[in-house]
Amino acid sequence: MKHLFFGGIHPSYRKELSAKEAPAPAVIPEQVVIPMLQHIGAPCQPLVQVGDYVQLGQKIGDGQGLCVPVHASVSGTVIAIEPRPHVSGRMIESVVIQNDFQDTTVEFVKNDLPLDQLDSDQVLHTIREAGIVGMGGAAFPGNVKAVSAMGHVDTLIANACECEPYITADDTLLRHDAEHVLQGMQILKQVLQPERVVLAVEDNKAEAIAKVRSILSQYSGIELAVLPTRYPQGAEKQLIQALTKREVAPGKLPVSVGCAVFNVSTFAAIYRAVRLGTPLTQRIVTISGEAIAEPQNFLVRIGTSFHDLIKMAGGLHDRTERVISGGPMMGFAQSDLAVPVVKATNSILCLLKDQNGAAENPVCLRCGKCVGVCPMRLQPLYMYRYEMAGNLKELERLHLMDCIECGSCAFTCPGKLPLVEHFRLGKKKLREASAK
Amino acid sequence: MKLTVASSPHIRGDFRTSRLMLDVVLSLMPALFVGIFVLGPQAALVTVVSVVTAVAAEWLYEIVMKKRVTLKDCSALVTGLLLALTLPATTPLWMVALGSAFAIVVAKLMWGGLGQNVFNPALAARAFLMVLFPAALTRYAGVDAATGATPLHHLVMLTPPDQSILDMFLGNCPGSIGELSALALLLGGAYLVFRKVISIRIPAAYIGTVAVLTLVFSKGDNALEWMLYQLFSGGIMLGAIFMATDYATSPVTSLGQILFGIGCGILTVIFRYYGLFPEGVTYAILLMNLLTWAIDRYTPPRRFGTKKGGKA
Repeated sequence: MKHLFFGGIHPSYRKELSAKEAPAPAVIPEQVVIPMLQHIGAPCQPLVQVGDYVQLGQKIGDGQGLCVPVHASVSGTVIAIEPRPHVSGRMIESVVIQNDFQDTTVEFVKNDLPLDQLDSDQVLHTIREAGIVGMGGAAFPGNVKAVSAMGHVDTLIANACECEPYITADDTLLRHDAEHVLQGMQILKQVLQPERVVLAVEDNKAEAIAKVRSILSQYSGIELAVLPTRYPQGAEKQLIQALTKREVAPGKLPVSVGCAVFNVSTFAAIYRAVRLGTPLTQRIVTISGEAIAEPQNFLVRIGTSFHDLIKMAGGLHDRTERVISGGPMMGFAQSDLAVPVVKATNSILCLLKDQNGAAENPVCLRCGKCVGVCPMRLQPLYMYRYEMAGNLKELERLHLMDCIECGSCAFTCPGKLPLVEHFRLGKKKLREASAK
Repeated sequence: MKLTVASSPHIRGDFRTSRLMLDVVLSLMPALFVGIFVLGPQAALVTVVSVVTAVAAEWLYEIVMKKRVTLKDCSALVTGLLLALTLPATTPLWMVALGSAFAIVVAKLMWGGLGQNVFNPALAARAFLMVLFPAALTRYAGVDAATGATPLHHLVMLTPPDQSILDMFLGNCPGSIGELSALALLLGGAYLVFRKVISIRIPAAYIGTVAVLTLVFSKGDNALEWMLYQLFSGGIMLGAIFMATDYATSPVTSLGQILFGIGCGILTVIFRYYGLFPEGVTYAILLMNLLTWAIDRYTPPRRFGTKKGGKA
């Protein structure tokens, strides 16, 4: 068992910075900002008005089509409904709630029915109504993925690879709440009826693996796969390849090869929604990096600002250069720390000056190392060259659109080319050209 | 606090161009030491002149042309060293300097610098010197400093070389400074593969092709002996391990690298068997350099999620 997927790299993982004890419940802020768009798809319409009193868990936004609702993560008064800065870099309409610190909740309906008596439609409806999205970063509506998988998948995968350096949110979840993850897996297993149900973890999470092993016998039909650590194993297509040897064709979804992949946090959220009746209003967030005083994991109410969490973790170093939503390989650098934690925020990463190792004068040596590490088997050096030349025809021939922007090439490049940056530009140009 | 907003990835590995280049320099040390040990201080002098000229030429060209000085990437150092290793220790020093300056200025910088050149600079310079001064470049001082024919000359004449195969493997024979000892070159190559500076594909395909062809089309009484003499004589080891693997001038795809190595091997044997000069490595690699971009273009890796040929 060595290379289970193509290419890949071994960055310095730095997980020890934040992988400590149980997630500390973060201080609950005076205000939360709940964006109406926290998923891939159409934004929600607010269901409340300024001045309304809302309870914890109350649905405050919903919409049609590819859309899941959002909920109040505290109780209190709606003081504003307006566009606010969002981790995507755009301004997104958000409901701002002034916390009354009462945490009065809506009624959460528990469900203790045995697995075989759960109604599939009811479960899928609950997943939607609880506002569950893919919590590994992609934020695809959970119910939509589950519905499309029904009758088409033989393999259900829980993704706990967490292959990005620094992040330990899934690791923390498994170490402390593995039962919730496994129960969530049982619920979807019941709905989708796959032949194989796998919990995939990379082998650098010994404690989480031990925890899962110690209780796995209570969950029949669930398999634990411990994979050799290698980035980007947690990318959906790569994980499917590692576990099943199947390759998802260009432009196709995992369901086309009979697989459905959900992040472990998503499974835990499904468990809480179905069994405890609670919507998705909080999650584990890693705050880490060399530029933060006390790296750790927090249990965070959705809508808490990055600024509040950074303050709780002891504040930023003077020489901080970047604050990133997500991991160092694929995360998004933020300019405004007022942005709130959303459902898919697994990490706030704070890095010092000079940590990114960019060069003033990037030069391609044609060493070809980018070709060797590309998990999608692309040729980054030529993609870069033709993007610089504006040659869209060649970019298409080189299948630029297959690029998953994992950054393995840019990480490896000895000439320090800004490869991913140019691939994003090139993709934008290709999309614009095909729209015409 | 002013935060930087830039594209991911936000961290990078610590691979540097200079690290790769210095690894190449290090890997050439065994071959250089054998050269100096066998051929004497003149070999060291040729090497110093070549390296110093290469570095100076790069610096001077970039100053005069008002370009960014790129000495820090250490590639001029490598080019100067590689050129010296292809030359006889008896090469006049002014000739060495001329070749070295040609390698840097004409064969590399005038193409746009590191990574942009089509021909391997060291080999282009050697070919340049061969055309101008064929006599100087084929006159070798032997072990006992007598001007002697190299094993390769003997092979052309179809007479067995004076040296045993073991002597040639170890480097106890006449020849160019860096081409004496197959063992030293193989050690350097193993180091480069171990350090992931190069892949084994090009050298293996190159050396393997020459081995098969000389075995099958043997001109000696003992085919195996003939093959080993061919492999250990001349520039095949230096060429296959250090010249044909030059980043800028060789393919980047796996299949492309294998095809490139095979092509170099076939051309080397053809040139050795039918060429004007006893040696064919230089021209074989330079010719294959021309095909590098085309080879890459027609040997793309199989696209993820598709069968061979790109079908879904």
